[in-house]
Amino acid sequence: MTITETPPGSSPAANTPVSEQTSKLGDRIFGGLSLGAGVLILVTLAAVALFLLTEGWAAFTADSSEFSDEQGVFEYVGPLLFGTVWAAILALLLAMPLAVGVALFISHYAPKRLAQTLGYFVDLLAAIPSVVFGLWGIAVLAPILSRSVFPWLEDNLGFIPLFEGPASTSGRTMMTAAVVLAVMILPIITAISREVFLQTPRLHEEASLALGATKWEMIRQAVIPYGRSGVISGAMLGLGRALGETMAVAMILSPADIFSFNIISNQNPNTIAANIALKFPESAGLDVNRLIATGLVLFALTFLVNALARRIANAGFSGAAG
Amino acid sequence: MTITDNRPTAPSGPEQRSSLENRKFDRRSQLLVFAAALGVGALTWLPGGEINWARWVVVTVIVYCLGVYVAARAIEGPRAGVDKVMEALVTSAFALVAAPLVSLVYTVISEGVRRFDSEFFTSTMRGVVGEGGGAYHAIVGTLIVTGLATLMSVPFGLFTAIYLAEYGHGTKLAKSIQSMVDVMTGIPSIVAGLFAYAFFELLFGPGTRSGLAGAVALTVLMTPVVVRSAEEMLKLVPDELREASYALGVPKWKTVVKVVIPTAIAGIITGVVLSIARVIGETAPLLVTVGLAQGTNWNPFDGRMTTLPVFTYYQYVQPGLPPEAGQERAWAAALTLIIIVMVLFTLARILSTALKPKGLR
Repeated sequence: MTITETPPGSSPAANTPVSEQTSKLGDRIFGGLSLGAGVLILVTLAAVALFLLTEGWAAFTADSSEFSDEQGVFEYVGPLLFGTVWAAILALLLAMPLAVGVALFISHYAPKRLAQTLGYFVDLLAAIPSVVFGLWGIAVLAPILSRSVFPWLEDNLGFIPLFEGPASTSGRTMMTAAVVLAVMILPIITAISREVFLQTPRLHEEASLALGATKWEMIRQAVIPYGRSGVISGAMLGLGRALGETMAVAMILSPADIFSFNIISNQNPNTIAANIALKFPESAGLDVNRLIATGLVLFALTFLVNALARRIANAGFSGAAG
Repeated sequence: MTITDNRPTAPSGPEQRSSLENRKFDRRSQLLVFAAALGVGALTWLPGGEINWARWVVVTVIVYCLGVYVAARAIEGPRAGVDKVMEALVTSAFALVAAPLVSLVYTVISEGVRRFDSEFFTSTMRGVVGEGGGAYHAIVGTLIVTGLATLMSVPFGLFTAIYLAEYGHGTKLAKSIQSMVDVMTGIPSIVAGLFAYAFFELLFGPGTRSGLAGAVALTVLMTPVVVRSAEEMLKLVPDELREASYALGVPKWKTVVKVVIPTAIAGIITGVVLSIARVIGETAPLLVTVGLAQGTNWNPFDGRMTTLPVFTYYQYVQPGLPPEAGQERAWAAALTLIIIVMVLFTLARILSTALKPKGLR
């Protein structure tokens, strides 16, 4: 790449002056365009924050009595923020072990040719629109869970606050939403985990096997330590996606304005994103500003989670190399 | 694993107990345990008398995990027991993940084909209350909005990638742009929608809905994906090609246009197609910015439009009377969406091999 540092125009007088001029002009236009596009990325991101702030500001400064339901921004966003984080964490807890298992299956257990096809299908799973997941969740998964799983949980594990009940008969609960979210973030975590598992140095694996390790011991000694930071950053990216996921949650959850850890009842805290999607079309005036303010909170939250994921990934990879 | 293969290969089932030979828990005994687990799982039908597939699978998996552990432990020792049980767990994790996917595809196809007819693709919802109607207007809207977003984000993303890979490589500005592209990848889609809404509200007054606003929201989501994939592809182009071009006195911009981009074109187009596949199913940002209309709106600069994902959503949550008609339309629209995404995915695959320069194939 050092060669590219030298501007071509300054090369020995191989060019005639005329073509040198046009090439300089061409370079200036082309370089300017690409620089402009790069800077526009920064401008766009700044604009996202700025526009949300300007539109949301009116809600932050307004008195709570000015809103249609007399709730100020912070009072309004509290249960929503709780619901967002709670749903995302539940989804992550469900998805994490499965994603690592699937990644290991594709990278180390499945036959080579099958593994490629499976990887393709996992990628395809990531591209299925969220509204389709929402349809499936409410039409297929919710009835199954409310028929067979929720009553059982309430009867047998009801002493745990999570399964306190009363069990929902419609299946529109936090648990259904968390399962659907888990299915949606699985492909992301799986794709990244598979990638780092496949990068495990062959010599580490063979050294472990040569010492007499079983396959699982080899994976525990060589593959998992090598891929740990990758798996964690994949999980954080999945968490970021779960925090911002809108339609699936909006279609499944039956929301209420509460804090609750109960995941099988009809009374659930809503998530920020789903609440915006549900309320936005029929809101007007200051209520719209309040919804935009909650969007700003969501933006800040995902920003933090994603930044943390990048930091873990960078720190981990340099550590693995050392 | 391969190490154990050169041992005496006498049939060594669990019944063989020669203390001089290394006894091994082989495939056949593993299959035996699996068959036994299937049998135990089937026993759970007895009390109810009817077949319960879910219970059968769950019990089989649990019994198999336990059985394989006990058997391998008894024959080869505790380490082999753990090894086998982990293999069983990893495989069943995969099966468990495949189950919802299979169920989803099956449901969408079986429910979607009911209204997957010519009327669905040729009529709109104007004046339709119950049965009939279609998604023609939604398909038009999706094509217009996604097309506009592609028109905006491809040059935007491609030039940014060129800056990152060719012009600003290694500079401070390039590094900060790179990290901001990462941040942009993580923007929740609804936030992008709110941004576009706020932007257009400031320009045109409150309550504005237009296809263009939706395209702007999708551009915010699509551009970072294009940048990331195009940058990766440009970086893969060997420096020798650039150097050879400079040595011939070709200016830098011409080198980029005539040498670097053609070499990377397969990967770039694949990336673009995949990014289209990702945004074409976005619902939330379009719900906020484009809204819903009953008829066809060809003008993206004025008024509401229907897009396929938003159509799917509203047909399901507000199906009208009788509700079955709306729900069937929702499933048909979902099937259309999935088919579009799959076609785009396959197209990306084909293009990535078909367009590769001959030397790199």
